[in-house]
Amino acid sequence: MSADPSSGESTGGALPGGPAHPPHQARAGRLADNIVYFARVLRDAGLPVGPASVIDAIAAVEVAGIASREDLYWTLHAVLVTKREHHAVYDEAFRIYWRNRQLIEKLLAMLSPIARPQAPTAKPKAGASRVNKALSSGAEPVRQVERPEVEIDARFTVSDREILQKKDFAQMSAAEIGAAKAELSRLILPEHKVRIRRLRPKASGRLFDPRATFRSTLRAGGEIIRLERRDRREIHPPIVALLDISGSMSQYSRIFLHFLHALTEKRRRVTTFLFGTRLTNVTRQLRMRDPDEALDATSALVADWSGGTRIATALTTFNRVWSRRVMGQGPIVLLITDGLERDSEEDLAQAMDRLNRSCRRLIWLNPLLRFDGFEAKARGIRLMLPRVDEFRSVHNLDSIADLCRSISGGERSGRTDPKAWL
Amino acid sequence: MTSTETGRRPLPRSIDETVALLEEAGYIADRSLATVLHLSLRMKRPLFLEGEAGVGKTEIAKVLSKTLRRRLVRLQCYEGLDISSAVYEWNYPAQMIEIRMAEASGGIDRAELAAGIFSERFLIKRPVLQALEPDLAGPPVFLVDELDRADEAFEAFLLEVLAEAQLTIPELGTIRAAEPPIVIITTNRTREIHDALKRRCLYHWVDYPDAERERRIVHSRLPGVAVRLSAEVVAFVQALRTMDLFKAPGVAETLDWATALTELDQMALDPTVVSDTLGVLLKYQDDIQRIQGSEARRIVEDVRQQLASA
Repeated sequence: MSADPSSGESTGGALPGGPAHPPHQARAGRLADNIVYFARVLRDAGLPVGPASVIDAIAAVEVAGIASREDLYWTLHAVLVTKREHHAVYDEAFRIYWRNRQLIEKLLAMLSPIARPQAPTAKPKAGASRVNKALSSGAEPVRQVERPEVEIDARFTVSDREILQKKDFAQMSAAEIGAAKAELSRLILPEHKVRIRRLRPKASGRLFDPRATFRSTLRAGGEIIRLERRDRREIHPPIVALLDISGSMSQYSRIFLHFLHALTEKRRRVTTFLFGTRLTNVTRQLRMRDPDEALDATSALVADWSGGTRIATALTTFNRVWSRRVMGQGPIVLLITDGLERDSEEDLAQAMDRLNRSCRRLIWLNPLLRFDGFEAKARGIRLMLPRVDEFRSVHNLDSIADLCRSISGGERSGRTDPKAWL
Repeated sequence: MTSTETGRRPLPRSIDETVALLEEAGYIADRSLATVLHLSLRMKRPLFLEGEAGVGKTEIAKVLSKTLRRRLVRLQCYEGLDISSAVYEWNYPAQMIEIRMAEASGGIDRAELAAGIFSERFLIKRPVLQALEPDLAGPPVFLVDELDRADEAFEAFLLEVLAEAQLTIPELGTIRAAEPPIVIITTNRTREIHDALKRRCLYHWVDYPDAERERRIVHSRLPGVAVRLSAEVVAFVQALRTMDLFKAPGVAETLDWATALTELDQMALDPTVVSDTLGVLLKYQDDIQRIQGSEARRIVEDVRQQLASA
């Protein structure tokens, strides 16, 4: 290959019959560089691609014996994509990044053992400039693809954040909210545990532990046999929270998010969804340590703050898309909504039925309960009531402590029985 | 490969060879799956398969074991799966007898007895340990089925086994596989598997096949089904998958349905028989209710038109 990049591109280096050469460090490095940059593009686009994955990707390309663009596509896909959701981003990034067909063929040729030898001094510079060009033209469109979305979200959230700040948590002052936040993050949730089939040693356990018994027996030389016992381990059941963020609920959204953030930190398996007119999974966002960061990330993700509400649609979507993924371990479901619904009633009944059947316990937290004269009159509420296991009030900090008790399943007064309200 | 034993079948050397290998046992894979599988075999990395139920995830391990003539070690996961049922257990009754014997013969040397009691003789090997054992035909295919059903504690344990191909038995020491097994992990995604485990594997989402590939699958699996019927069955199922159902039918359901219709002596789709046998395809009452009757009739007509025009 000559030093002139324009003539080098068209022919490529992979003519069969050329002398066989062991893969050269410097030549393999060019493709490796590209994979590294490509991985960086993916990372910028939001894929969790760590350095270890990049090393794997390079190894994979070397091992796979790649002959075509499609092979490279799937080889990198195998290593760099670990979630189905990421496929679309990867696809777009790959298409843009490896757009230059001649570049890709050339890089593959460099890796191929039957590639022609190349002038080592002239090569790096010519190749590098083209790679840089491909990079700068490749990386930016990916960011541009993302940018419009971010801007739209930002616009929504900026305006809505104002609403939240003005109205939040039913006329509490900023200082009080601060105190509430502190209280919430200190809150120790009551132990509510379910027995699982995994065993652990326990002196007063019901089951015989042969292994521990043998160890202790041998320690005594086989003379004295002391029975060791074990019992079933108890763990917290997972929690799935479905939080209504429509206009009528907007004054409570923020405090609930703080509560769910604290809960996510305390318990390992908490999954949170927000719904107004559409359903958003914010579990990852709420996992951020800093509550403000977590809430900022959440509000950036959600576009339908304080809008309308479509409970039936949201629940149907949840049932269809997420139910099988997050309801596998018998979770407690917290449905936080005022139940003011505009969707068709039949759909709502069906969605609620399915939701109720697929969880351990369905708890409806309704802020409307704080009004003393609350009666279940709205049709949506009357439809949902018979389909939940518990119906609880949550409108101030006392009630969030109440909510914790309700999750723990301790208190069962008549006020929480949904049938009492019908 | 590294081994020179006779009878050991070499691993496929290219993606095309991998496709051919799977097809030998009647598994029609698309190129993306073959690529990932090829890589996992070459790089000796576990293959992590995720997908809806009935798309042929478990089948890959079975087919691999068959075509490569390797032993298949299967670990079916469930809640509460622990070391004693997944990895190893000591044979307590035998140990007990050993102790009694030692007592009866008198003069117990405590250290000797302890060493004797916890030796390989008294070890019951469960799937994970079996998968690490050497085999003349080459390292076995280790299928970890439905990992999402096991609890997270087990996942963490598996991490160590997968990364190092070794495990430690406190009383016995570390057991290390000379060659790592071919590991296939499947999950139905009833919960998310931790990223740390996924990172050690090659990931692939097994999707529903397209019409062409599904026809080939039906043909290769059920050679007895009439050509017209299989084409109509596949087109019908493909149409169902585009609808907004709670659970779309998988390939396994397609095969079941084709078998069922053949058993009923059908040569082509008939709307009433379709409605009567929907339970083979759809497993949720809401879905069946939606499709039964007029909707089934409409899809059958669409399918016929589509096949006639093609």
